[in-house]
Amino acid sequence: MSSLSRDDIGGPAQPLLSVRGLARHFPLRGAVPGRAGSSVKAVDGIDFDIRKGETLGVVGESGCGKSTTARLLMQLEKQDRGELVFDAETVGSHALPLRRYRRQVQMVFQDSYSSLNPRMTIEDSIAFAPRVHGVARDEAVDRAHRLLMRVGLDPARFAGRFPHELSGGQRQRVNIARALALRPRLVVLDEAVSALDKSVEAQVLNLLLDLKEEFGLTYLFISHDLSVVRYLCDRVLVMYLGKVVEIGDTERIFSRPAHPYTRALLSSVPSMDPDARTLVAPLAGDPPNPVDPPSGCHFHPRCVHAEPVCATLRPTLHDIGAGDVACLMYEPGSTHSAAPAASPVRTPVSGSIAA
Amino acid sequence: MSASPPLVDEALPAQRSPGYWRGTLRRLARDPVALGAGTVVALLLLMAIFAPLIIPYDPYQSSMLHRLNPIGSPGHPLGTDELGRDLLSRLILGGRLSLFMGITPVVIAFVIGGAIGIFAGYAGGLANTLVMRTVDVFYAFPSVLLAVALSGTIGAGIKNALLSLTIVFIPQVIRVAESVTTQLRSSDFIDAARLSGASPFTIVRVQLLGNVLGPIFVFSTGLISVSMILAAGLSFLGLGVEPPSAEWGLMLNALRNAIYTRPWIAALPGVMIFITSISFNLLADSIRQAMEIKG
Repeated sequence: MSSLSRDDIGGPAQPLLSVRGLARHFPLRGAVPGRAGSSVKAVDGIDFDIRKGETLGVVGESGCGKSTTARLLMQLEKQDRGELVFDAETVGSHALPLRRYRRQVQMVFQDSYSSLNPRMTIEDSIAFAPRVHGVARDEAVDRAHRLLMRVGLDPARFAGRFPHELSGGQRQRVNIARALALRPRLVVLDEAVSALDKSVEAQVLNLLLDLKEEFGLTYLFISHDLSVVRYLCDRVLVMYLGKVVEIGDTERIFSRPAHPYTRALLSSVPSMDPDARTLVAPLAGDPPNPVDPPSGCHFHPRCVHAEPVCATLRPTLHDIGAGDVACLMYEPGSTHSAAPAASPVRTPVSGSIAA
Repeated sequence: MSASPPLVDEALPAQRSPGYWRGTLRRLARDPVALGAGTVVALLLLMAIFAPLIIPYDPYQSSMLHRLNPIGSPGHPLGTDELGRDLLSRLILGGRLSLFMGITPVVIAFVIGGAIGIFAGYAGGLANTLVMRTVDVFYAFPSVLLAVALSGTIGAGIKNALLSLTIVFIPQVIRVAESVTTQLRSSDFIDAARLSGASPFTIVRVQLLGNVLGPIFVFSTGLISVSMILAAGLSFLGLGVEPPSAEWGLMLNALRNAIYTRPWIAALPGVMIFITSISFNLLADSIRQAMEIKG
């Protein structure tokens, strides 16, 4: 089977989903609209592409906007600004109405229990979406059974059961089957394996890899577990306070993280080697309040490389080879002492934090 | 991957799990309180339905010679009322009207209030605010006062009493329906259903209704006893059922002058109201308990 789906429009080089300037600010109760500090800037103007057939990991601390990004991509939440371009067609435009977009993009939620209707048998839950799209009942149930089998649950034993009669791992398999019932091209996995036991998690991860191959899927994998991201993802996107701070190939991000925040995040992973323990706390303090983010670079109050310029200038994403980073140290002519002069060539900054 | 679909078809016949409602029924059958209260409710309903067939005397036949006979009088096992009418017959026949007045407003309020509440809860936003603030206005009055005021305004009579009781209960049902719907509205499985591209109507019908009707139904069952007491109260005040009809609240009113001479006779309609309402309440509580799914 080709890795490109039957619905493909733009060819392999065309990004499956382009996110352009996406922003979602949640207004605060009782605040004066339009004034500074009147809203939570959960997602604050982000740009990235999801390439066809890849697994893009999204990492960041809790509250950095990962889940809001997922809900925006799924259009469960309306963005305030920005647009989504799915295979060259703008989502919500005449060319790609929301209903047709949703057939191609599905999501697996973190909580395997609350994402299944407690009063519906699992075969009905899986068959619901195909039925909505006009598939006859028998055929939809048949499809549900085949999907159940594909995710490793014997339909004869499980199809008629209710969610509370299943284990967490089994339920998450059901959720995956349901997400695949409309034959989507992009699957958003929002902490989909985080709540599972380690052994079950490994099984489900391998299932996800198999399914990706078989159905030619593209994954957006949101997680706070960096080792899982490293195992599963082709590229990684690092978010901090509603913004993308770094995006690049997994290999490069884990071996040569560029952004100080990425470095701190990676060094927070406990090492298996007792001699390589992290001795210095990688990140001090909590993330700043997204209601009133710091001026300039949002990360500067916690950054070890911060200089006065960081409090005034807002960095933008710059190509550093094998990815982009939003940090003044990489921005030509930013006047940060580590920044290259205003020329397109730049060298990686020296001296990484103990990792 | 190599396992082809037809393989399953030869497997064992699908094992259906017993199902949610059957499980609820089984839990209910094991609960002694539910069984007791259920039996009483069933008996009361049967009594009301077959009242004309089982009453020993004509409940409207008065007799000046046999006024306020005590309990256990020959021919009148529960005595007679202030006009000498057989109390047993009147209590049996009165149950008809009392239960009717108790259940009807609740059923209407369940349908109307449930629909409005689910709509408000699912729609959210401005529609929700409008509906819920309107409901708050009704909540500003105690339900007894509201029922009396409404009945007093639109006049006495069974129809008007039913109408005013319905109006009293609709906001209460709306509030419960709205809150359970709002709670479920943001749950992941509703989000997942939205992702399927289903219309709001389909989502409410297929995914939401089964989850919210139970709690709304249980709450409404609890309202039946309140409705009976309020209906009895309206009749007591002369705003509901009018004499000579037999209705427990009205009988309580008529017999209140006898409270010093024949206290047991005077208390009997009250006892019936008490038994009925407590049975409905206990049954509602048991159903709610039985409906809770243990994950």
